[in-house]
Amino acid sequence: MNQLNPPVATPFFFYLLAGIMLIGGILVITRRNPVHSAIALITTLLAQAGIYLMLYAPFVAGAQIILYAGGIMVLFLFVIMLISIERTQKERPFNKQWLVGGIAAIAIGALFISVYVTNAKGRPLFPFGRVPYMESQNTQIIAMKLFDKHAGTYMLTTEIASLLLLVAIIGAVVMAKKRI
Amino acid sequence: MHDFIQYVVSYAKDSDQTPGAAGNIFWSVVYVLLVFVGLSIAVIAMNWLERKILAHMQVRLGPMRVGPHGLLQPIADALKLLLKEDIIPEGADKLVFWIAPFIVVLAAFTVFVVVPFGPTHAITDMNIGILFMLGVSSLSVLGIVTAGWASNSHYPLIGALRSSAQMVSYEVAMGFAVLSAILMSSLNEQKTGTLSMIGLVQQQRDQHIWFIFQFFPLGLIAFFIFAVAMVAETNRAPFDLPEAESELTAGFHTEYSGFRWSLFFLAEYSAMIAVSSIAVTLWLGGWLRPFTDWLSGDRWDLVFSLFPGATFLLLGAITFFNVVRMPKHPLFKIQTMGLAAFGAVLALIGLVLLLPPVRVRVQDIFWFSSKVAVFMYLYIWYRGTFPRYRFDQLMKVGWKVLLPTGMALLIVTAIVGMRAEFIAEFTGGGR
Repeated sequence: MNQLNPPVATPFFFYLLAGIMLIGGILVITRRNPVHSAIALITTLLAQAGIYLMLYAPFVAGAQIILYAGGIMVLFLFVIMLISIERTQKERPFNKQWLVGGIAAIAIGALFISVYVTNAKGRPLFPFGRVPYMESQNTQIIAMKLFDKHAGTYMLTTEIASLLLLVAIIGAVVMAKKRI
Repeated sequence: MHDFIQYVVSYAKDSDQTPGAAGNIFWSVVYVLLVFVGLSIAVIAMNWLERKILAHMQVRLGPMRVGPHGLLQPIADALKLLLKEDIIPEGADKLVFWIAPFIVVLAAFTVFVVVPFGPTHAITDMNIGILFMLGVSSLSVLGIVTAGWASNSHYPLIGALRSSAQMVSYEVAMGFAVLSAILMSSLNEQKTGTLSMIGLVQQQRDQHIWFIFQFFPLGLIAFFIFAVAMVAETNRAPFDLPEAESELTAGFHTEYSGFRWSLFFLAEYSAMIAVSSIAVTLWLGGWLRPFTDWLSGDRWDLVFSLFPGATFLLLGAITFFNVVRMPKHPLFKIQTMGLAAFGAVLALIGLVLLLPPVRVRVQDIFWFSSKVAVFMYLYIWYRGTFPRYRFDQLMKVGWKVLLPTGMALLIVTAIVGMRAEFIAEFTGGGR
């Protein structure tokens, strides 16, 4: 497992996974049946995990599979299964907001295109470089960034994010239960 | 052609890595095929063993008709399933109904990419091995839920709901138990743990202790939590509520028949093998032989390396004993000959495993598989002896017993593991 080891068929797998992601994403919003949408979303998330693996970030890929595909989507399906499919298929599920949607799409599209734009000196707008870490060290480096006494700078942000999730969980319990 | 042979031989000769880590495509494919075939054979054997052992526990004979002692029964069953009509119910959601069994099978088989049968006998070694196994095996619940929903029928839907609630609940407790074992893997000089399946076993070798005995009784409690959670996770008795026969006909796969049903069957058994191999890797020393320290030295190494061959020879001897006991009636002539041939094959395998170059290479696989086999027997034993839990009891055990115990265990393990640092911190010593 050294850095000199060339990755196997990287462009092919990138286009494969990216294609699956795009098709899955389109199916999520075009399918009338919410269960089909959910399955398409799961496919998209799994393909995304594959792309994380290609970016030498196995820990993020694992977390993606466990949290999104294995955890959150199961609960999604759980809820969707209990609602009446016939009714949702008759109703129009979209709240049409062409203006806001269009602006958001243009903004994100411009961001993606600007990656390829170079300025007058012929340098790209965003700094780019090779991934500095070895794949076999990914998890350890994440742990260092989070918890190390000296190098750990992301501890506070992570804790704030987890606090946000905790508030959401408590809120869900409070709203769902009449008496606690 | 010469280059190819060179490529193949170079790995087999002097690589001390898994084929995936060495980047050797040929051997990776060979290992994938080996694992797939081995797993299928294991599932077939499990099918026969389960019926036989359950029968003997209930003082019955079990399958006796197809082949001697029903040995060919699984093959007959497989043929029957392939020839059966494959019904898709009228009201079913065809696409989802069609996909669901494949999700379950893919999830159950993919996890074997990282299962370490030996220091080099794994398809690949991932930096996130155990995380990958937990994640991918948790995907099988998606297949079960979609199968139950797509059938568009009452029993499957109830089964799927039960299954998803049960699997999501027990995954949490399971995660805490696994975390405590991962914490134990960081008790080395660098104070760095590992998530890699091979790394976890190497840590147990370097620390000279299986994690089940580490910080006694903490490792044992973690192992117990995992052992309960893994039965619930695979939907087996006494937690087989998703397919409770007496209440839900067959639960989530009521509407499935023929080949699709057999895919669910295959997935269930390979998922059982997968979670058992997680338990073996994390707590029971993976491929390590028993008593590596107490009975060390070349002579004991030799004795333990004879075990695989001896086991197969013993199985062959038992078979020959039963050949002698077969009825002498002319109608049983072919069956007796078949059983004798089976015994001869077993004995031949045993003799091959005794050859020095073979026995050195297979003993890791043997110890790993025999530890997993113990778990497989336990699964059958549970099914034969425990009554099924009620759903509220199941949830109570999961959320009110296993989860708090797992959390407390994780904290206590962390404190015990860091006790030297804590003492140094409080007394102002150390750094």
